[in-house]
Amino acid sequence: MTTSVPQTRTAPPPARTKAKRHRPRRSARRLAPYLFLLPAAALFAVFKLYPIGRSFFLSLFKSVDGVDRYVGLDNYARLMDDPLFWTALRNTGIILVVQVPLMLALATGLAVALNSALLRARPVFRLGFFLPMITGLVAYGIIFSVLLNQQYGLANWLLSLVGFGEVPWLTDPLWAQISLGLALTWHYTGYNAVILLARLQTIPAELYNAAAVDGAGTWQSFRHVTLPGLRPAILLTTVLSTIGTLQIFDEPYILTRGGPDNATLTIGVYLYQNAFQYFDFGYASAIAYVLAVLIGVLGLIQFRVLGDKS
Amino acid sequence: MRQAMGQSRSPGKSIMLTSGFAVALAVVLIPFYWLVVASTHSTADIFGSPPPLLPGGHLGENLASLQETVSFGQVVLNSLLIAAVYTVCAGLVCTLAGYAFAKYRFKGQNWLFGVLMLGLVIPNQVTLVPLFQLMADWQWLNTYQAVIMPNLALPFGIFLMRQSMAALPDELLDSGRMDGCGEFKVFLRVVLPPMKPALAALAIFLFLFQWNDFIWPLIVLRDSGSYTIPVALASLQGVDDTDYGAILTGTAVAAIPMALVFLALQRHFVSGLLAGAVKE
Repeated sequence: MTTSVPQTRTAPPPARTKAKRHRPRRSARRLAPYLFLLPAAALFAVFKLYPIGRSFFLSLFKSVDGVDRYVGLDNYARLMDDPLFWTALRNTGIILVVQVPLMLALATGLAVALNSALLRARPVFRLGFFLPMITGLVAYGIIFSVLLNQQYGLANWLLSLVGFGEVPWLTDPLWAQISLGLALTWHYTGYNAVILLARLQTIPAELYNAAAVDGAGTWQSFRHVTLPGLRPAILLTTVLSTIGTLQIFDEPYILTRGGPDNATLTIGVYLYQNAFQYFDFGYASAIAYVLAVLIGVLGLIQFRVLGDKS
Repeated sequence: MRQAMGQSRSPGKSIMLTSGFAVALAVVLIPFYWLVVASTHSTADIFGSPPPLLPGGHLGENLASLQETVSFGQVVLNSLLIAAVYTVCAGLVCTLAGYAFAKYRFKGQNWLFGVLMLGLVIPNQVTLVPLFQLMADWQWLNTYQAVIMPNLALPFGIFLMRQSMAALPDELLDSGRMDGCGEFKVFLRVVLPPMKPALAALAIFLFLFQWNDFIWPLIVLRDSGSYTIPVALASLQGVDDTDYGAILTGTAVAAIPMALVFLALQRHFVSGLLAGAVKE
């Protein structure tokens, strides 16, 4: 792949050499990175750091009759006793332990196949499987909600052709969770496969040859060469998927609005409901902070488990 | 060179694998095909039995209905303007920052980079409420800048540019400096030209991110005249008697620029994503 090999292009001719002043080059060079960074740093401070701090402050307040009252950690205590919060946490956790590993396994298989000489027309497949990724969350949420319509959707019609009964894709709690998982898998598998594929291409062919010489079969060379080589990419996709899953909002919001019976209520949806439907900013901020801590802790654990052992 | 795996195997295996994948790809692409079909049918047809499998002739009516219910023309314009301005501005901010991190050594560098990357880990939701209040205080609700400004310094964009710029040889920059270019001129004339593939990847990423972004526009755009496409479509979906023909037409329209951008630049996109990881 031609990844931007910079040609030593002759820079614009050094015109007017006589006008060349002895500029304080050194100090310009010392100052330059700060100037380059200034826009990003300023924007980040105002629109990210300030809200992060402010959010914690808000989580210590409760709005009573339009007046904000300091309540200490009450919002956090309330969370612990809030059955809906635990439901949201459990639903999010289910996606995390069921959907994410399945999706990553699928993505790994896909990446290996996309890298294999056995597969013809690889560029077409690479592009095709990546296509769902560019579809907007709202767009594919809407598409899936219509496709999975119980009485009239295409999915059930196709299933009825082969003799299945109506599947309550979005109206039964368990099926709604499955549908959500299917939609997520459809959307993100290709993306993860691209990350894994990039890493796969860095595994030297000699390792495979050596394994073959040692008499390793397809499975053994996958197990002992491919998987260890993929470790950093698996770590990356796991961490990214975990962060994404814990924050998940768009899909359940569009597909099921968190229902039925709160079966697809995720932390993200619950936070949104509290903040922008009930306008309980303090409580929503507390949820956000618990979420941030969860993401941090899980990320650390994943780094420990999957991180460098080599 | 990486053809090593399985190259000596039988062609039979290859055909089986390829056809298996063709079927899988067809399943993955069904929603796209069906979107095109459905957007040309009325809601009644879409939910008919059997469902339509070929394009129909209801596209015009669906578009008209969209225009009537959410003034779709304005909505598309909003989305295009926001995404375009965002891509240019965020691209500049992220590229400058990425360049500084990749090609300079300065005090506080690691610390600053660490703080910026914090943005990758801390969930967006943490910032939603205070940001919303900020926008309300500044009377920015229902404005383009409310959507554009908060995400300009996108940590992922900065990270991507730092990775890409790191591959640029220092000698190249020094030769630019020898030629009498100032630091900014070096950036413009020497650094940017060979960075085109990475910039294309960044641009696609930023455009798609903004074009598809939902929760933040949903929060700050409360007046239907300022809606972006996802917000408008979601608002249509909530009502009773939802016109799915119209919604799906809108969804298909929303996918057009994405598909165009992606197809035009996909070569850069994949190479950009893989940059740094691929060494051949």
